[in-house]
Amino acid sequence: MQHLYNKHEVPVHIELSVRDGVPIYRQIVNQVRYLIASGQLDVGDELPPIRSLAQQLQVTPNTIVKAYDTLHAEGLLVKRHGSGTFVSEQASPLRKSEQRRILTQRADALLAEARQLNFSFAEVLELLEKRQTALDRIHSMEKRHD
Amino acid sequence: MTERVVQVEHLSRQFGKTTALNDVSLTLEPGLVYGLVGANGAGKTTLIKHLMGLLRAKHGSVKVFGVDPVREPVNVLSRIGYLSEQRDLPEWMQIDEMLEYLSAFYPAWDRAYVAELLETFALDASKKVKQLSKGMRAQAGLIAAVAHHPELLLLDEPSTGLDAVVRKDILNAVIRAVADNGRTVLFSSHLLDEVELMSDHVFMINQGKLVLEGSLEDIREQHQVLSVRFDSCNQSLPKIDGILAAERHGKQWHVVCNGNQAHVRQTLADVGGQVEHLRTASLQEIFVARVGRARQSEEG
Repeated sequence: MQHLYNKHEVPVHIELSVRDGVPIYRQIVNQVRYLIASGQLDVGDELPPIRSLAQQLQVTPNTIVKAYDTLHAEGLLVKRHGSGTFVSEQASPLRKSEQRRILTQRADALLAEARQLNFSFAEVLELLEKRQTALDRIHSMEKRHD
Repeated sequence: MTERVVQVEHLSRQFGKTTALNDVSLTLEPGLVYGLVGANGAGKTTLIKHLMGLLRAKHGSVKVFGVDPVREPVNVLSRIGYLSEQRDLPEWMQIDEMLEYLSAFYPAWDRAYVAELLETFALDASKKVKQLSKGMRAQAGLIAAVAHHPELLLLDEPSTGLDAVVRKDILNAVIRAVADNGRTVLFSSHLLDEVELMSDHVFMINQGKLVLEGSLEDIREQHQVLSVRFDSCNQSLPKIDGILAAERHGKQWHVVCNGNQAHVRQTLADVGGQVEHLRTASLQEIFVARVGRARQSEEG
């Protein structure tokens, strides 16, 4: 299966913030997971070496080591001795559950905010339906223009 | 157990009536980046000078690579790279002459690395040091500091007064030393965002005393910022253990606290304060809460 880890190094787009209270390595882990879940990183893609990602993000290399170790422990990355770090085969079936996990986080955030603003669950559902209808309308209009 | 790169024990230093260092103890382990933060005059440079053997420990002890840097300067200095804000370089020398001169002192001097860095920085090595801009001076100083792949890199306010491009050059050299060779770095800076991204471990020093130290993650986890709302604008905040700083915005208070969070929240609730928001503090907020206040009391 050597061909799977094809040394196809993919530039990863990661943005860090020191203001949002999430540890830096966590932010990297979350964003790599997202890149995998959304298909921007594929099975067999090589991640940047520790030094270059550290230089890209201007962070201490140990933060990258910790992020890669975490993703490795979760089964999303695999290390090939002497060659690099790759998206693992296991990441593929994980993708659906990863997508669900990301959407679940968004849903939780939405529900928490709704509660803070005193919206009932029924009102939230109603709002979601309205938005879906509005988006469908925009979508079909765009299609007509194409 | 890993060998300690630096071990400082109960180090105190007095300059006339000024206390520069007050009972400082710390250790540096290999392969980590240490950030040293503190206001001007807090004692950062004095500490670094002790590590280089430029100052002798009068009270307490300093060990670098297991030995006293004052007693064994050659042994220690050959394994250290140093870059200071002043970047005291020989003004009358050309860059290439200076680097050639320095290479004689360091058996591990890496000419290929020097050539690579000169090219990366687009530095004209035939220029005299006194003709260099501030940024070029920092780049030349940086090459001189890292060319022998030092086991310990000491950077004293390396970013001060430099533009983003040269700051990045410096940080990239730090990253390379740590990532490729597992070196140890101690850098002092007042750019707290930079320290927050670049350090594994932080020392916060104030008026010569080590007021806070730990891994960046632990430090941040131990400090929270609470938004507290009171019904009345006149509500003053009670004195609560664990609150480091508080700032009022109308009915809302921003509170930086550490330690027993449950206790802080309970005490706030007892006086009618409603905690609306809670998040981990940034290093900037922690610094202002811990050091900013001390400075005010000193001035006031």
